[in-house]
Amino acid sequence: MSRHPLSDDPAFLRGLTTRRDALRLFGAAGAGLALAACGVEGQGGKDKVTQSDVQKFWAGKTKNGTLNWANWPGYMEDDRATIKAFTKATGIRVDYKEVIQENAEWFGKIEAPLRAGQSIDFDLMVMSNGIQLEKTRQLGYLAPLDHSKLPNFAKHAGPSYKNPSYDPNNAFTIPYTSGITGIAYNTKYVDEEITSVQDLWNPRYKGKIGMMGDSQELGNFGMFAIGVDPEKSTPADWKKAAAKLREQQGLVRKYYTQDYADAISKGDVWLTMAWSGDVYSLGLDDVKFVVPKEGGTLWTDNMCIPKTAANPVDAITLMDWLYDPRNNATLTEFINYITPVPATQQIVRDDAAKAKGDERAELERLASSPLVYPSAADLARLRRYRTLTQAEETEYQKIFTPIAQGS
Amino acid sequence: MRRRLTPYLMILPAGLWLAVFFVVPLVLMASLSLQEGNLVDGFRQTFHWQNYTDGLSTYGDKFTRSLWYGLLATLACVAIAYPVAYWIAFKAGDRKSTYLFLLLLPFFVSFVLRTVSWKFVLADNGILLGTLKDWGLLPDDFHVLQTSFAVVAGLAYNFLPFMVLPIYVALERIDFRVVEAAQDLYAGRLQAFVRVVLPLSLPGVFAGVIMTFVPISADYVNAAVLGGPGNTMIGNVIQTEYFNNSNYPTASALSFTLMAILLVGIFLYARVLGTRDVLEAAGR
Repeated sequence: MSRHPLSDDPAFLRGLTTRRDALRLFGAAGAGLALAACGVEGQGGKDKVTQSDVQKFWAGKTKNGTLNWANWPGYMEDDRATIKAFTKATGIRVDYKEVIQENAEWFGKIEAPLRAGQSIDFDLMVMSNGIQLEKTRQLGYLAPLDHSKLPNFAKHAGPSYKNPSYDPNNAFTIPYTSGITGIAYNTKYVDEEITSVQDLWNPRYKGKIGMMGDSQELGNFGMFAIGVDPEKSTPADWKKAAAKLREQQGLVRKYYTQDYADAISKGDVWLTMAWSGDVYSLGLDDVKFVVPKEGGTLWTDNMCIPKTAANPVDAITLMDWLYDPRNNATLTEFINYITPVPATQQIVRDDAAKAKGDERAELERLASSPLVYPSAADLARLRRYRTLTQAEETEYQKIFTPIAQGS
Repeated sequence: MRRRLTPYLMILPAGLWLAVFFVVPLVLMASLSLQEGNLVDGFRQTFHWQNYTDGLSTYGDKFTRSLWYGLLATLACVAIAYPVAYWIAFKAGDRKSTYLFLLLLPFFVSFVLRTVSWKFVLADNGILLGTLKDWGLLPDDFHVLQTSFAVVAGLAYNFLPFMVLPIYVALERIDFRVVEAAQDLYAGRLQAFVRVVLPLSLPGVFAGVIMTFVPISADYVNAAVLGGPGNTMIGNVIQTEYFNNSNYPTASALSFTLMAILLVGIFLYARVLGTRDVLEAAGR
């Protein structure tokens, strides 16, 4: 046995086999214990904020000069120019991580530590309006915002971004950016013009159709397909939409999270549900984005501070700094989503006038892009997510979750 | 008296460890699997057995698929691992450690990363399929990703060492003189293998099958990365219900169902192959 001590040692072999399992087991054990501690009791009803809550949270909090920010891929310049400018202006060092791929997955990660009142190692995070943000808010996991620290937001945010239905009075969140869920298709393979949600049900594209796995995104498109406005939908509509989505299952290549962008650029799928800015950022001539004639969804990704944040003052400083139109314009020029700061459009135009050649054309395209600065008529065609109560959400998930699992 | 207590004292740390980190969570999960409610309003214990029946009726096909994939991938592992282990044990001479190290080398890279890199290799128009399509060797709509083949192959690849190593250990222990003795008694090479080497190495295969089949059937990474909607395994469902939907009762009920199925499966398997022999052989 001693000839090959390493390779023969069963402890060594087993160590290799089970470390991952062991970690998984610890995680499950931790979650189990946490649930035992407070699983019986609900945590809801903490979404009402009074001035004293705000004061209580912010009392004694000071700027620490450092900030940990969790965001989605494609939401910051590749060279992080906006962050660098922020650090230069405020002296706050930012540790920026692209760790959020899907709201549900992110919520799954932060839920246990926040429930236990532990740090999630981030001071600022970006979540879409929808089921998970609603839960995070209701469970009291977010710091109430001190609007006296957000003068730029008060001054420059577009009217439709203030006091949204999913967060009255912006008590916990302010928008980072908005976008449209529509259809992207690759003209190299698709030789017709895609205009309708029904094209995602076209058997011609069997195995080359991508859908989103998120149950709200998926459900919304099922409802568009049966001619129902998701915002006003009823449980009966959900069942009909689910049946419609089941008809499509044999045609769908995969139910994607963020990775559809990769798949459509590589040709693994030819047409797919997509987010507007992602397609704009791909910058491929072959890949086009359309808002289907039945409608698309308009969503907003929101900046919020987890209640256990170590550097909330630095986080709120950044939130406000981004609402300075000049700072926001730089970011918008890169990420190509709908900015909540309308004044940036003029700045982008001015930048375009100053720029030359390709860059000028690019900025002019951006300043006049209906995907970044949608017209009132466009906005009217877009639908919002439906806000779901807890009971409704359980039912909704039960109806739509199995579809992306192939059931 | 003291002497009689000693063995119990010796297993006390391990026993406590298991009790705290295995038995307690398991009991809690069992209780959770019978609760009703939601995250915001809380979960209440109502002995809601429907969690189990609902889980089975909605996701029954995912259970069968997981077991089927587990079986296929395990068989593939045996078929690939046995010759490799045999060769290293009997033919590699002084370089055994080197070959074992080479075998394990890829597994120093993260499991997920290895699986994701397959995605690049196997993309529809990627380096492999794209080239073959350009040469006209494959039809344009041919794809490997999002098929059962991709998932089973990924599973077999990721769990291969857990099959090679136990088989290797079993083979390595065989005193080669027994093979020579068989040959002295006029056994051909094939007969010596079938009647001497194979039976002596079965404990290794037995251990390898358990070490691969169980984690493979519960795996969700390969199906998530390489599979499509038609390849979802039960692990993916549990992961989604637990982490994405915070539907802890359903996730727990599904986990217990899976555990029960696997336990029954292993029990039957052990009865058929005979654990006694295996334990005896392992104890040598």
